[in-house]
Amino acid sequence: MATKNAEAHAAVAKKYEWGFATDIEQDFAPKGLSEDTVRYISAKKNEPEWMLDWRLKAFRLWQTMEAPDWAKLNIPSIDYQDAYYYAEPKAKATIASLDELDPEILRTYQKLGIPIEEQKVLAGVEGARKVAVDAVFDSVSVATTFRAELEAAGVIFRSISEAIREYPDLVRKWLGKVVPQHDNYFATLNCAVFSDGTFVYIPEGVRCPMELSTYFRINAENTGQFERTLIVADKGAYVSYLEGCTAPMRDENQLHAAVVELVALDDAEIKYSTVQNWYPGDENGVGGIYNFVTKRALCQGKRSKVSWTQVETGSAVTWKYPSCVLNGEDSVGEFYSVAVTNNRQQADTGTKMIHNGKGSRSTIVSKGISAGRSDNTYRGLVKVAPGAEGVRNFTQCDSLLLSDQCGAHTVPYIEVRNPSAQIEHEATTSKISEDQLFYAMSRGLDQEAAVALIVNGFAREVLQQLPMEFAVEAQKLLGISLEGSVG
Amino acid sequence: MLKIDNLHAEIDGKAILKGLSLEVNPGEIHAIMGPNGAGKSTLGYVLGGRPGYEVTAGSVTFDGQDLLEMAANERAAAGLFLGFQYPVEIPGVSNVQFLREALNAQRATRDEKPLSGGEFLKLARAQAAALEMDAEMLKRPVNVGFSGGEKKRNEMVQMGVIDPKFAILDETDSGLDIDALRIVGDGINRIMRKPDKAVLLITHYQRLLDYVKPDFVHVLADGRITRTGGAELAHELEREGYTQVAA
Repeated sequence: MATKNAEAHAAVAKKYEWGFATDIEQDFAPKGLSEDTVRYISAKKNEPEWMLDWRLKAFRLWQTMEAPDWAKLNIPSIDYQDAYYYAEPKAKATIASLDELDPEILRTYQKLGIPIEEQKVLAGVEGARKVAVDAVFDSVSVATTFRAELEAAGVIFRSISEAIREYPDLVRKWLGKVVPQHDNYFATLNCAVFSDGTFVYIPEGVRCPMELSTYFRINAENTGQFERTLIVADKGAYVSYLEGCTAPMRDENQLHAAVVELVALDDAEIKYSTVQNWYPGDENGVGGIYNFVTKRALCQGKRSKVSWTQVETGSAVTWKYPSCVLNGEDSVGEFYSVAVTNNRQQADTGTKMIHNGKGSRSTIVSKGISAGRSDNTYRGLVKVAPGAEGVRNFTQCDSLLLSDQCGAHTVPYIEVRNPSAQIEHEATTSKISEDQLFYAMSRGLDQEAAVALIVNGFAREVLQQLPMEFAVEAQKLLGISLEGSVG
Repeated sequence: MLKIDNLHAEIDGKAILKGLSLEVNPGEIHAIMGPNGAGKSTLGYVLGGRPGYEVTAGSVTFDGQDLLEMAANERAAAGLFLGFQYPVEIPGVSNVQFLREALNAQRATRDEKPLSGGEFLKLARAQAAALEMDAEMLKRPVNVGFSGGEKKRNEMVQMGVIDPKFAILDETDSGLDIDALRIVGDGINRIMRKPDKAVLLITHYQRLLDYVKPDFVHVLADGRITRTGGAELAHELEREGYTQVAA
């Protein structure tokens, strides 16, 4: 018996060592989607039993569901069996040097002013990672310092896989409570196969001592196509979280279905900012990412506040409605969005503000910019429950057209079941004017700079919500996304 | 400095300029006067490089360069400034941001170092003060919510900051009250009345010319210059009308 055990142990250890040391082939889940895939992922992550059960429940549910088609999007049907659901980042295609990179992408890096070592990491140059960590942070110890500082404040900031193992009670308490498993097709799929993501917990009364951003930038490479984020701000806590990366990722995953859940308790505030510029496909709409994201915040506590800010410039198809469920009395939800579509891109994005709490307020500012032959839709819901007295909402949707072949659509839904609510909706659509372009050019700006300037002015209300460093990159990005779109 | 030879231009197939010739030398101020629809603004736009205008014959050189081959921003970098009759609003972009980006773009084209935020602000504030414009206006979005007079004054602030070699001012006097007219006139003299610079003033009325004394006055009618004279020609036009004089 003892011998057998020892043998087994040895085998396990050996296997583990082997698994640990190998790369590429061993880090793929088998192609296709089945319960085995789900088990494979869960096992890979050393997840506890409850987590596996939770995933399997979602998977079984997902099998009974159908992909939604109510959005104004033209999406070719996706073969879910013809995809890998788990691949470690090591499996990302590597290249030997930046010389092998698509010159277009390289040029964009340079325009964004990204340091050369960081460019290498983004492009997946072999062996660049370690260097870049040093380049970005000076040394690894700085990252460790960050971590120590966060821990001293009591902030938990972990990959979600780690958090599931280390803080199971906290994760279990909130996972799936904001976006339930059955919420929608893509969210359910995410529940079954999420690869990794981030967990943040800010304890009562703590103001997170730093924006959770630069740190994330390193981690970002490790997050896969089914990302899962859970942020909980306990009573009186505050956190500003930045998601995304402003350099174009060479990403081979076609389908991204992330879920982000935010929870704000009494007097807590979460500011969540996103800059998204995944590969949008070429001028003819070949390739590009499908980005089907479910983002939702639960403003559970009194006077809690969640503010979403997003700058969406990438992906071939964007399907995304960061929302706030305003349960708490006097809770506040905000949504600031800039969505840019060019060439054949399609974006159907907006928000939902669900007012259940008395005196809850929401603000929606959406700026859609369409160019080329793209389609850009704002879709938003403002809902006021019967018991919610004194609700206020202000919505402003502006669309800017840069060509005569693009589309801008605004689809506001308003459901008010309490007569005391004050709901305002303003919408404008305008075309970038030749007068503006000529005026800016006659002062010395070339056409691209002139377009970028005018577009940035149009989007200013939203951009100024972003933290400073992010705002600067986002501004450059708007210009780059629209290059060659006028004239 | 600027040499226009037998310029023909049309828009949407309609001929507007029909053989216009004009030469402007450094140190000179020329006024172009003429009735509505004569092609005054078209001349400004063609010289400024506005898309949509097709030059069908003739040539324009600026310091020996073929102006018509250059994009609007290249003309600006070469030292040409177009003051707009209707300055354009750019929501969300502050005057400071707009002008600094524009100036630094020009400087980059000329291989000059960009101005820092501090250097630029000093320059812009000085120009605003000289034109009796509140420095707070510099922070406001370009021309948004400005009165007609404020817009024109803002054009002069831009001209002062950019400090061009050659300015084409299209009805810069329209929409100005008496005080503003004097301030703008003084601005033009201060910025542009220099031996190495020149101005083309496009105007309907003689009144701006009381402040900015032209060396030459041209009458533009039906796409051509029909008469040229000194400052006294403007007075004659004012007295007798275009129909008499231009004929």
